[in-house]
Amino acid sequence: MLAQRQAEAAGADWREFVIEALIRVLGFSTIGFVLLIFLFLLREGVPSFYKVPLSNLFGISWYPTFGLFGTLPLLLGSVLVTVTAILIAMPLGIATAVFVREVAPNWAREILKPMIEVLAGIPSVVLGFFGMHVVAPLIRETLGTPTGLTVFTGGLLLAYMALPTIISVAEDALDATPKSYKDAGLAMGATQWQTIWRVVVPAARSGITTAVMLGMGRAIGETMAVMMVTGNAARMPLSLDSLFKPARTMTATIAAEMGEVAQGSIHYHALFGIGIILFILTFLINVAAAATIFKKQRRGGLR
Amino acid sequence: MSRYWVQRLGFALLGLIALAVVAPILVVIGTIVVEGMGAISWEFITAMPFDGMKQGGIFPALVGTLLLTLGTALVAIPIGVGGTIYLAEYARDTWVTRCIRLAIVNLSGIPSIVYGLFGLGMFVLFLRMGTSILAGALTLGIMTLPVIIITAEEALRAVPTEFRTVSASLGGTRWQGIRYIILPQALPGIITGIILGLLRAAGETAPILFTVAAFFLPRLPQSPFDPTMALPYHLYVISTQVPGMPLQIQHGTALVLLALVLSMNLVATIIRSYFRRRRQW
Repeated sequence: MLAQRQAEAAGADWREFVIEALIRVLGFSTIGFVLLIFLFLLREGVPSFYKVPLSNLFGISWYPTFGLFGTLPLLLGSVLVTVTAILIAMPLGIATAVFVREVAPNWAREILKPMIEVLAGIPSVVLGFFGMHVVAPLIRETLGTPTGLTVFTGGLLLAYMALPTIISVAEDALDATPKSYKDAGLAMGATQWQTIWRVVVPAARSGITTAVMLGMGRAIGETMAVMMVTGNAARMPLSLDSLFKPARTMTATIAAEMGEVAQGSIHYHALFGIGIILFILTFLINVAAAATIFKKQRRGGLR
Repeated sequence: MSRYWVQRLGFALLGLIALAVVAPILVVIGTIVVEGMGAISWEFITAMPFDGMKQGGIFPALVGTLLLTLGTALVAIPIGVGGTIYLAEYARDTWVTRCIRLAIVNLSGIPSIVYGLFGLGMFVLFLRMGTSILAGALTLGIMTLPVIIITAEEALRAVPTEFRTVSASLGGTRWQGIRYIILPQALPGIITGIILGLLRAAGETAPILFTVAAFFLPRLPQSPFDPTMALPYHLYVISTQVPGMPLQIQHGTALVLLALVLSMNLVATIIRSYFRRRRQW
C-alpha cells in the first residue's frame, strides 16, 4: 500500500506539472476569447468604415438595398428601447430587492427568489412569443394604436428580462452593507422604513448603480424578444409619440438581415460594423459597472 | 400621519411591487401551458414536421437542441471548470487576475447576437466549419463560460481554508488537495453552475441563427458537421416567418422549450438546496 503510494507520488510529479500548466492556460483563456471576439468583429466589420463614406454610415436612413447604411436610427432605436426598459425596471428592481432583503418574511422570500431565477431562465424567444400574442394586442387595444408592436412593448418585455440581474446584484449590495449601520439607525429611534431608505440604501448606492448598469447592458444586447415585438421599422424615433410607434434596434437588424446578405458584400460588413458598436457599448457599460465593484472592494474595512 | 403608518403603507407598497414583478412570470408560464397543452402528444414530440411545418411534430428541432446542448457542455465544462480552479485556487491578486475577471464580466455582457457574429466569422467562415453543430456548440460554449465560472468559483471559495491546510499538512500536494478534497466538496455548486449555464445555452436563439440553425430540415443530423433545426429557432420561425401557422403548434413548441429549460432550472435548484442542507461545515 505504502509502496504503491510512493510510486504514485513519483509518477504524480510530472503529471501534476502538466495539469497545473493546463489549468493556468484555461484560467487565462477567457482573456483570449474576449480578444478573439473583438478581433473577428474587426476583421469582418472594419471594411464597412472605409467602403462606406462616414456621412452615409452615420446618416439617418438605413436602406441597404439602396446602399444607405445610416446606423443612427438603429442606434437611437436601441437607446430608446433600453431607456424605456430601465425606467420601468429600475424602480421595480430596487423595490423588489429591498423587499426581498429587508422586509419580506421568510416564506415570501422562499417563493420570490426561485421565481426570479425562473424568470432569468425563460428563453428570450419564448418571452417574445408571449409578447407578440398577449402583450402587443393588449397594448393595441388599451392605447388604440394601429399596431401593438411598439418601442413601449419592447421596453416592457426588456424590463422584465433585465429584472433578475438588477434584483440579484442589488440584493447582494444591500446584503453587503454592515449590519452595524442598520443597528445604529434603529438605535437612533428611526423606524425600519426610515433606516432602509436613509441608511441602508444610500450605503449600498454604488452596488445598486452597478446593478442598474448591468441590467442596462443586458437590455441593450437583447435580440429575439425585441425583434419580435418592436415592429422593426428603421425610422428616426424623434417625435414625442415615438414611444408608441415601431422602431428597430441594432441587435434586431443584425439578426433579421445577416441571414440574407452575401458574404463579403458591403451590407455584410456593415452588419459586423453594428456588431462592433454593440461590442464597444456593452464593453464600456460593463467596465464602468466593474469599476464600481472594484472601488467598493478597495474601500474595504467597512464590513 | 404617524411614521409607523408610513412604514406600514411603504411595506405594503413594496410587497405589491414584488407581486407585480412575480405575477407576470406566472401569467407567461400559465398561458403557454394552457394554450400549448392541447398540442402535446407522442406524435408531436417524435414526428418529423411536414406540410411546411404546419403538420407533424418537432422531433428534429428537439433532437437538435439536445445535441447542441451536449456539444456546448463538452466545450464549456472543461474550460469553465479549469478556469474556475485557476481563479479560486492559483491566481493571486495581480493586475493579470483583474484582467481575467474583467474578461469574464465582459464575456457575460457581450450581446448574444454578437456571439452569433463571432461564431459566423471565426468558426463558420474562417475555420471553414460551415453552419454546423460544431460551430454552434463552440459559440454557445464560449458564451456559457462566464455563468459556469462565476457560480463555480463561489462554490470553491465556500470550502473553508482549513480543508486546504489540513490536506497540505498531511503531505498532499496542491493538486491532490484540489482533486481529492476541494473539488468533491464543491461539486454540487459546480454542477449547479454548469446546469444554469447549459439551460441558458439551450434556450438561446441569436447565437445559433447563423452558426447552426436550419429553417426546415426534416431529418436528423448525421455528424457534428451537419446543420440542424433547434427548438428556439424553430419557435421563432413558426411564429414569425410562416404565414398561416396553426396557433396551437406554436404554443406547443413554446411549451416544450419552456418545459425543457424550466426542468433544468428545477434540477439545479434541487441540487443546490439539497446539498446546502446536508453540508456539515
